[in-house]
Amino acid sequence: MFIKLIPEIGHFALIIALLMAMVQAVMPLAGAATRRPLWMAYGQPMAAGQFVFIAIAYACLTASYMLDDFSVANVANNSNSLLPWYYKFSAVWGNHEGSVLLWSFMLAGWGFVASLFTGNLPRDMVARVMGVMGLVCTGFLLFILITSNPFERLLPDMPQDGADLNPLLQDFGLVVHPPMLYMGYVGFSVVFAFAIAALMGGRLDAAWTRWARPWTNLAWAFLTVGIALGSWWAYYELGWGGWWFWDPVENASLLPWLTGTALVHSLAVTEKRGSFKSWTVLLAISTFSLSLMGTFLVRSGVLTSVHAFANDPARGFFILMLLAITVTLSLIVFALRAPRVSHKVGFNWLSRDALLLVNNIFLVIMTVTVLLGTVYPLILDSLGLGKISVGPPYFNALFVPLTVVMCIFMGLGSVTRWKSMATKDLVRKLWLAGVAALVLGVLMPLLYRGEWNLFVSLGIVSALWIVLPMVRDVFDKTRHASSFVAGVRKLSLAYWGMVLGHVGVAVTIVGVTVVSNYNIERNVRMSPGTTVEVAGYQFTMSELTERRGPNFLADTAILQVQRGESGRRFTMRPEKRLYLATGMPMTQVALRPGLFRDLYVAMGEDLGDGSWAMRVQYKPFVRWLWLGALLMAFGGVLAVLDKRYRRAAVNREVPKVASRGDTAQEATV
Amino acid sequence: MKRRLLLLLLPIGFLGLALFFYQGLALDPSQRDSALMAREFPAFEATTLRNENRRVDQTLLEGEVTLVNVWGEWCPACKQEMPQLLELADRDIRMVGVNYRDTREKGLQFLSEFGDPFEVNIFDPEGELGFDLGVYGAPETFLVDADGVIRYHHKGYVSPEDVRERILPEVEKWR
Repeated sequence: MFIKLIPEIGHFALIIALLMAMVQAVMPLAGAATRRPLWMAYGQPMAAGQFVFIAIAYACLTASYMLDDFSVANVANNSNSLLPWYYKFSAVWGNHEGSVLLWSFMLAGWGFVASLFTGNLPRDMVARVMGVMGLVCTGFLLFILITSNPFERLLPDMPQDGADLNPLLQDFGLVVHPPMLYMGYVGFSVVFAFAIAALMGGRLDAAWTRWARPWTNLAWAFLTVGIALGSWWAYYELGWGGWWFWDPVENASLLPWLTGTALVHSLAVTEKRGSFKSWTVLLAISTFSLSLMGTFLVRSGVLTSVHAFANDPARGFFILMLLAITVTLSLIVFALRAPRVSHKVGFNWLSRDALLLVNNIFLVIMTVTVLLGTVYPLILDSLGLGKISVGPPYFNALFVPLTVVMCIFMGLGSVTRWKSMATKDLVRKLWLAGVAALVLGVLMPLLYRGEWNLFVSLGIVSALWIVLPMVRDVFDKTRHASSFVAGVRKLSLAYWGMVLGHVGVAVTIVGVTVVSNYNIERNVRMSPGTTVEVAGYQFTMSELTERRGPNFLADTAILQVQRGESGRRFTMRPEKRLYLATGMPMTQVALRPGLFRDLYVAMGEDLGDGSWAMRVQYKPFVRWLWLGALLMAFGGVLAVLDKRYRRAAVNREVPKVASRGDTAQEATV
Repeated sequence: MKRRLLLLLLPIGFLGLALFFYQGLALDPSQRDSALMAREFPAFEATTLRNENRRVDQTLLEGEVTLVNVWGEWCPACKQEMPQLLELADRDIRMVGVNYRDTREKGLQFLSEFGDPFEVNIFDPEGELGFDLGVYGAPETFLVDADGVIRYHHKGYVSPEDVRERILPEVEKWR
């Protein structure tokens, strides 16, 4: 009896969560406006209650999937009794309703955690933060309950079995990609709430930035990992070896990442130097707005994309309203409350302040570039000005040069001091690194391939230009310590976070350039006995077999691979699968990963006469793409762990506007 | 005060964008009829993908109901819809491809790997024909009747359901 009611319990829990979110939205804000401590105190308990009830709802939906309750429409459409248990678990977010529920679950989770770590923040500030979080949550819970209820039943005519999960989504990468991405998207809601609360309370001092920084770094780290996982998944699952397609949905996740990156840096300036205040707030608002817009673009199906889920206009309309209300209201609050630039904090053009300003300008240009490319076809179409398609050529043509120029400033930025720096000092610190980067970068393609390649050189020079000055900087900073190890220990975690983040960017750049330029691909007809050679590896097809998986039939090719004549032999098994419930064919790639190269074999089509079209690829340095992203995210997490955030509670009232000195310690970002 | 008014341009600008989104919702690509519906297939002159000396024009599409599929090697969704296109070709539907903004080499590679359901492929590297067709993003599929008039337009990926529920009935209707 109880088991049969699980979906209703979930539905009911969602309704309770909505009511709590409404209370959380109204009471603390009203309390802060009228200075009533009791009203303000509603925020935290409501955040906790809301989190608990959404968790219950989420658990109920998961239980319905696990128990194969096909009377629930959502389960019937996206699961199947043959599906392995772990995919039943992840199928919960492999569809529109479930993923919005996951979104809200995480939103409530961030809100709850934020409510625990408010420490000594002023009470009205906490109340406003909670109120804004409550407003956002209310919007999303209304969205679920009105347009996308995951607990809808198919009664009395329930199907015997489910329609199965889209085979593309039956994969480990997709088990982890959406949750990570959403954690990033949603995490920016906390920063957004802080920004709006600071605007409303007129407390745009260094304190709010100090509170917002760890949250920003954390959300940014999640988003970075989420995007990288998406790229990695596309790489091995879609079967043609690409890792970024400038698809609208990918762009939708890149946009908040770009402004989020700008925000991470401008928060540093605001906290350390007290400048860029309004700009930082605007970035915080933009980042969350772009996260919402990404959600809208994906969910509404406005843009043609491989990822398009349900194209229900009612849903699209609801999210659009949610987006419009949130963004318009927050921009109006911004316009009315943004502080005047009362005092100019002066800085020299050769200073960290100035270089971070340049960094922000570039990131914003990149954001606008991607945004334009993504929505331009839509705008032209709505205006009846004709139809165009914007593809990778546009994005690559703009993005690559922008990145290269930004790298030049990145190399400078990480070693300059706040406020001002003598040109002579800077040259002394950088000339060696510059020369080394140029020489190594120009030589590298010659050594690697025996042939010069402009793009590879550009990529490697950029990467080295980011890394080498920092290496020098680390040595400079540790020179006066008793030993190198002692010196390294003295450097703050925030500093190491910055270093790792930047090294991550360099590693990704190397991966992108090398794999784009040195990728080797051969399309061949193969039958048992055939051998092909790609980049010095011999691929011999030894056998073609068939096998039966839990919910699919597969043609498997078995290939013996050997490097040269004497290398170690190993086996690769690409598959062509036919999923039984949906009748969808899928390519299962065989991968031999390595730090310096991946071997990538995918089966094309059956050419009859016992042979298959096969695509064999040699992809050098492709792992570096994602390795770099992991380093960046790790850097973000390290910065969060820095001890000054734990200390922050004590001296939060001390505004840190004055430059306390340009010591090595102060050079933390 | 002036500055505040200037800042108010931000929300106004955003609302402008939101309006476009709103219109975009109404223009839902999968349901929208192409502006070209019931019009003649645009005039063109091009070479074919396999033979750079063979010139074809709009008369290529006359005489039989034809599905024209716009694709490119760079387009992920095109790869996913190939099984459905091959199935359509197996049902004796005449298929013509438009290789859109691609190179010959990549286009041919694509066909050798994912199969070739097309009787012939119009090579359109600069996207001129695609522009005249109002292509919004590959893949797109047009149904052209025996008189060379566009009768149906499918935007985006053709799923197995689309084949059953939309394309086959449309083909029957115009045959």
